[in-house]
Amino acid sequence: MKNLKKKIIFLIVLAMLFVSFFIFSFTEVMMAISVIAIPMIIVIIPIYGHAKGVKVYEVFTDGAKEGFQVALRIIPFLVAIFLAISAFRSSGAMDILTWILSPITNSIGMPGEVVPMALMRPLSGSGALGIMAELITTHGPDSFIGRLVSVMMGSTETTFYILAVYFGSINVRQTRHALPAALTADLAGMIASVVVCHAIFG
Amino acid sequence: MINIIWLAMIVIAVGVAGIRCLGITISPLGIYLVPSFEPLSQLTNGVFEYSKFAVELAIGLVGLMALWLGIMKIAEKSGLITVIARGLRPVMVKLFPEIPPEDPAMGSIIMALSATMLGLGNASTPLGLKAFQDMQKLNKHKNIATNAQCTYMAMSTSSVTIIPATIIGIRSAAGSDNPTDIIAPVIIATVISTTVAVVMSKFLQRLPRYQVENFIEQDEENNNEKS
Repeated sequence: MKNLKKKIIFLIVLAMLFVSFFIFSFTEVMMAISVIAIPMIIVIIPIYGHAKGVKVYEVFTDGAKEGFQVALRIIPFLVAIFLAISAFRSSGAMDILTWILSPITNSIGMPGEVVPMALMRPLSGSGALGIMAELITTHGPDSFIGRLVSVMMGSTETTFYILAVYFGSINVRQTRHALPAALTADLAGMIASVVVCHAIFG
Repeated sequence: MINIIWLAMIVIAVGVAGIRCLGITISPLGIYLVPSFEPLSQLTNGVFEYSKFAVELAIGLVGLMALWLGIMKIAEKSGLITVIARGLRPVMVKLFPEIPPEDPAMGSIIMALSATMLGLGNASTPLGLKAFQDMQKLNKHKNIATNAQCTYMAMSTSSVTIIPATIIGIRSAAGSDNPTDIIAPVIIATVISTTVAVVMSKFLQRLPRYQVENFIEQDEENNNEKS
């Protein structure tokens, strides 16, 4: 009985999504999901927590304390990457690299400016974050490039780091197909980001 | 690796700026030089300006990170993550056929992937390590990765992300009108990449060159060389 209820709710949600695609454009539906997500989460999680007897206010402040540390922790990485990137850009070297790679990147609709971040992403999370932050400040967060790097950053991972940490922790030396599978997934994430961003933000 | 890239970028940048200082100009009258220090001083200004930006950006991030980590702490303490994990179980049993459904490894895989989905970031790494240790208990050849480990690896590096918290923070710190408008595209892109991850790992694990047997010999050779 409980299962049936869940299935019905699931079907209703699916049907609503399906119908909404007819009434509104794809872009409008996606924008709506993006806008609704945060308010829903900040109301549902505390209500659920309260219902489960969690002291919501105290636990919230407890977790929030860590926010300061996270931000402080990334400052050295941001400064280091900003140094390299800003030197690379203001010297004109970036223009040369972008020009060399433009035939490849243009063919999949990726702006040349984004290429350094795509190359850095699997190697270093803080490095890619630095490049993303730099591109966002230079081009503006609401520009196409600003949104594209945000989506790329959100849909890929520091594959080499995770591979080393996870397999290293259990002493596995032969990783078999883990790396090719993970890197293909990263590449798929990059291309998907470009395509989805063109479809939504065009 | 990152050390080399970082150094190379700075060296190339200063080199390019230096060459531009010579002011090599090609015109119908011939090639001649118009030296100036302009490119190098541009570089200095750029570097100084951006190091200031880096700190401003990080400080702007504090508030939103605090907000998000606070909310996630409530989710963690209230056991919401366990509830989500329960919902994902039927799918996970199909994705990891090698792992018995009631094995503790299944539980820890689900917990770790749910944490990544919610953008818990650093908090999800210990859960991932736990999942790997539990999977290792089912591993017959301790030095060789199992199919389940490879599938998990590919899935966690491409994981479906619902809330990319840090990215939203940086966008907001940079003055975006709508810092969260990337949520839906991120969900779509990660659904695609996770699908590719699962399909690829299931496909590759069948290829002759990735069979466990091949690696047993290699592994023994490595051991002999060491001893």
